[in-house]
Amino acid sequence: MTTIDLPLPGARTGTELIPAVDEGVTQTAKEFTSDQEVRWCPGCGDYAVLKAVQGFLPDLGLRRENIVFVSGIGCSSRFPYYLDTYGMHSIHGRAPSIATGIATAREDLSVWVVTGDGDALSIGGNHLIHALRRNVNMTILLFNNRIYGLTKGQYSPTSEVGKVTKSTPVGSVDHPFNPVSLALGAEASFVARTIDSDRKHLTAVLAAAAAHRGTSFVEIYQNCPIFNDGAFDAIKGMGDHKGEKDYAVIPLDHGQPITFGVRDEAGLGDKALVRSASGHIEVVDTADISTDQILVHDAHDPDPSTAFAISRLTAADYLNRSPIGIFRQVERPTYDDQARAQVSDAVAKVTGTAEDRLTALINAGDTWTIA
Amino acid sequence: MLREVDRDVSQTKQVKQLDRVIIRFAGDSGDGMQLTGDRFTQESAVFGNDLVTLPNFPAEIRAPQGTLPGVSSFQIHFADHDILTAGDRPDVLVAMNPAALKANLGDLPKGAAIIVDTADFTKRNLDKAGYDTNPLDQLGEVNDPLADFQVHPVDLTGITVEAVKEWGLSRKDASRAKNMFALGLLSWMYGRPTEPTVKFLEKKFSKVPDILGANLAAFKAGWNFGETTETFVVQYEIKPAKMNAGTYRNITGNLALSYGLVAAGVRSGLPVFLGSYPITPASDILHELSRHKSFGVTTLQAEDEIAGVGAAIGASFAGHLGVTTTSGPGIALKGEAIGLAVMTELPLVVINVQRGGPSTGLPTKTEQSDLLQAMYGRNGEAPIPIVAPQSPGDCFAAAVEAARIAVTYRTPVMLLSDGYLANGSEPWAIPSIDDLPAIDPNFATAPNHTSKKSADGEPDEFWPYLRNEETLARPWAIPGTAGLEHRIGGLEKGEGHGNISYDSVNHDRMVRIRQEKIKRIADSLPPLEIDDPSGEAKVLVIGWGSTYGPIGAACRRVRRAGYNVAQVHLRHLNPFPNDLGAILKSYDKVLVPEMNLGQLSKMLRAEYLVDAIGYNHVYGLPLKAAELAEAVGALVGEAEGKGVDLGEHGLNPPADHEEAPLS
Ligand code: SF4
Repeated sequence: MTTIDLPLPGARTGTELIPAVDEGVTQTAKEFTSDQEVRWCPGCGDYAVLKAVQGFLPDLGLRRENIVFVSGIGCSSRFPYYLDTYGMHSIHGRAPSIATGIATAREDLSVWVVTGDGDALSIGGNHLIHALRRNVNMTILLFNNRIYGLTKGQYSPTSEVGKVTKSTPVGSVDHPFNPVSLALGAEASFVARTIDSDRKHLTAVLAAAAAHRGTSFVEIYQNCPIFNDGAFDAIKGMGDHKGEKDYAVIPLDHGQPITFGVRDEAGLGDKALVRSASGHIEVVDTADISTDQILVHDAHDPDPSTAFAISRLTAADYLNRSPIGIFRQVERPTYDDQARAQVSDAVAKVTGTAEDRLTALINAGDTWTIA
Repeated sequence: MLREVDRDVSQTKQVKQLDRVIIRFAGDSGDGMQLTGDRFTQESAVFGNDLVTLPNFPAEIRAPQGTLPGVSSFQIHFADHDILTAGDRPDVLVAMNPAALKANLGDLPKGAAIIVDTADFTKRNLDKAGYDTNPLDQLGEVNDPLADFQVHPVDLTGITVEAVKEWGLSRKDASRAKNMFALGLLSWMYGRPTEPTVKFLEKKFSKVPDILGANLAAFKAGWNFGETTETFVVQYEIKPAKMNAGTYRNITGNLALSYGLVAAGVRSGLPVFLGSYPITPASDILHELSRHKSFGVTTLQAEDEIAGVGAAIGASFAGHLGVTTTSGPGIALKGEAIGLAVMTELPLVVINVQRGGPSTGLPTKTEQSDLLQAMYGRNGEAPIPIVAPQSPGDCFAAAVEAARIAVTYRTPVMLLSDGYLANGSEPWAIPSIDDLPAIDPNFATAPNHTSKKSADGEPDEFWPYLRNEETLARPWAIPGTAGLEHRIGGLEKGEGHGNISYDSVNHDRMVRIRQEKIKRIADSLPPLEIDDPSGEAKVLVIGWGSTYGPIGAACRRVRRAGYNVAQVHLRHLNPFPNDLGAILKSYDKVLVPEMNLGQLSKMLRAEYLVDAIGYNHVYGLPLKAAELAEAVGALVGEAEGKGVDLGEHGLNPPADHEEAPLS
């Protein structure tokens, strides 16, 4: 088999080829809000994310008509109806494939996928990993509430083992996915995790995701007050878990030593990540080590193994510890850029009208004429 | 000295005129029979015969060598007149090994010629094919199992190896050129032009001079063997066929279909976007379209069948001509997504190159058993138009027609090809691009609805489900169009505005509107062509898809035997043409031959309450014309209340193996 070294399109940002609003024009969140009544349950985490996105999109500075939101099926997948952009509420699990078609067909569109833990990781698992592998220029927002909401409360592929739900009355025996680990394993070029209630962090991650060229994968911890209330209470320092937040959240900032817990004057937490002698990533007391031993977060490391190791620190059962932030952000050629380049290069090489070239094509080879 | 003897021999050759011949090349999957058949076909096409071909090969890429399941064959029927099928029974069988002989013998009529490669009739190969004794050892004896045939044993391998000696190949490599020897021999026998094959080999092997040299030497040696030895004394002449004026080429269905899709892109001005997952026998369309990027064609080999159609739907939403290609099992997987395209009313061309089913079924064999799947294989009331090509070359026009309907009516369209059309070939009158239907995407560019808020009474809103009154098509507004931002999806739409609606009255209405939209496509169809030369037929034979050839050939047989019969062939299966009901009712009896257990006949009965009688075979092969003619004849007898005897035009000996000229 032959392989060909493909020409690589130069480095680009995620939004570079998308028409921006005219200079001096500012858009508002209201312009991005559709006239449809929002129909999530009261208190649903989806509201906060919707508000954050409606607030963030005007700042992106792109023309509204060049933004497309695609979703699958599930509570969060109603998202596109509430944004006054182009949108498609598609079928269960398939949004990444539909978005792949849109993003490959058109370089001038900002493409967003809104999906959930059931939609993306269960029925649509195959499309998710292949979108990440291909690195198509789009942003995938995975709302993880660790439950099936729309179908009224069955366990999901991110629910903890032992979880009692309608379909698991004596406890789930299903081992859950860690979405970030999965994305890293699929060689995603941008992987982040954020929280519905932390609008500032959420907005910052969205901005970085949109700016990234390739598939940006963002896991959003989203509370479902109806069927899985309090799933993220430790992370949020809420309910019975007030005050636990500092130890539950491991903040990731590129170029910064990774510490958490109670912070000193220099901003270092009393817990830190270090690489152990065996090469693993471990949590230690900051007091027990010298500061230069603390693992410095490198989101741009081409090797995903450290990011993967950090992702494994996420507690699998009750979520009382989780790294939050951008795990990985690396440059990698995108499928859509390369696919379009192959087409445009081929188009550039030919002359004459399409009709004439088609006539030549179908008349090629052995022909004979009867008068 | 030798040369003089040669000349003497060649002078003893006679030339016989024939109006048609059916040849089957058969050998091991690795023997290059498809290539040999293909080359012979090109030579015959260039010579100007009408022709139809039928490749038949195992699903395994390299089935166990020398065994019956490993036999691959290629049949060509060529004639000096217009023909419709690849023929029921070969006049000539070229068998490269014992398995090829055994597997194909049953299809031969008495008196057929058999050319066998004696080199491959070893004990081992005879065992593998299940022969206790070598049938070639018994030629001419009392118990000769091949006594009914004219057998020509030739050491094809031995002579080939000798002929290519100067190229210094191993015996194994040298013997691989034996298919070219066989081609050369048959080319001599039927007076085929050799130039196209020489050119073809020069191009194919331009980088490997020794292989090129060996193949050319073998090809020429085959020709010379026919001309100079005494083994063959007769050369045949089949004059070029009288065909309508035009430029022709030989084409397979999959290639014609691919070109049709490119043409649809050119005619609509839409970039073609193919999302596809490899599957037999549809993959060739993916391969072919991936070569036409210069026409703006994008091909995406998806992770699975669902992603293939998903990407195509996404591309359609973005303003491309979304296409997905597959075979029956793939359609089963795409069903939900096709339903989404029904609901979102986006143009989408879905191509099903049907194969034997159910499940994995017979991947390399042909069948027409996905018609009801195309009609009803989705949840809910989800009607989609269905078009079917009737011959390999017709796949081009059918693809353009599918795209015309998809774009004009904003709907997924199913095109039902099949394994026979995909790989079979025929001369194709190359159309002029200007004669193809124009396809107008007619994108929405401005608001279409006036709200109460409108200051000037001009439209100020975009309603994605406000329809064209005539076609009921909805507007297609693509991203990037300012002011037309809208959301679509799989949930039921409110009429007009297109917002989610769970209203029961609205749902009833929308279900009916979607149905009515598909029904109205019939208003854009030309009247059906009725082939009823006498105008007095009481029996109508109606079919769809690739059975056109066998049905046409069967009807000709019946007419040659002196009886009347009418033929209608359907390109559109949904909606049916407006005049179909009246046509069906104007005949006493309606026969529906299909390669399934009666799917079109069920639809006709349901729609028109006619007593459609099925004629159904699922052998994985095209229907046989003579057998079908007998069935047609029997029905004519019933309808006209008289005895019908088709004589030699049916199955009675001396059977007429193929369609003779009508006049
Ligand atoms: S069920 Fe849960 S996730 Fe769904 S809308 Fe209600 S609160 Fe939100």
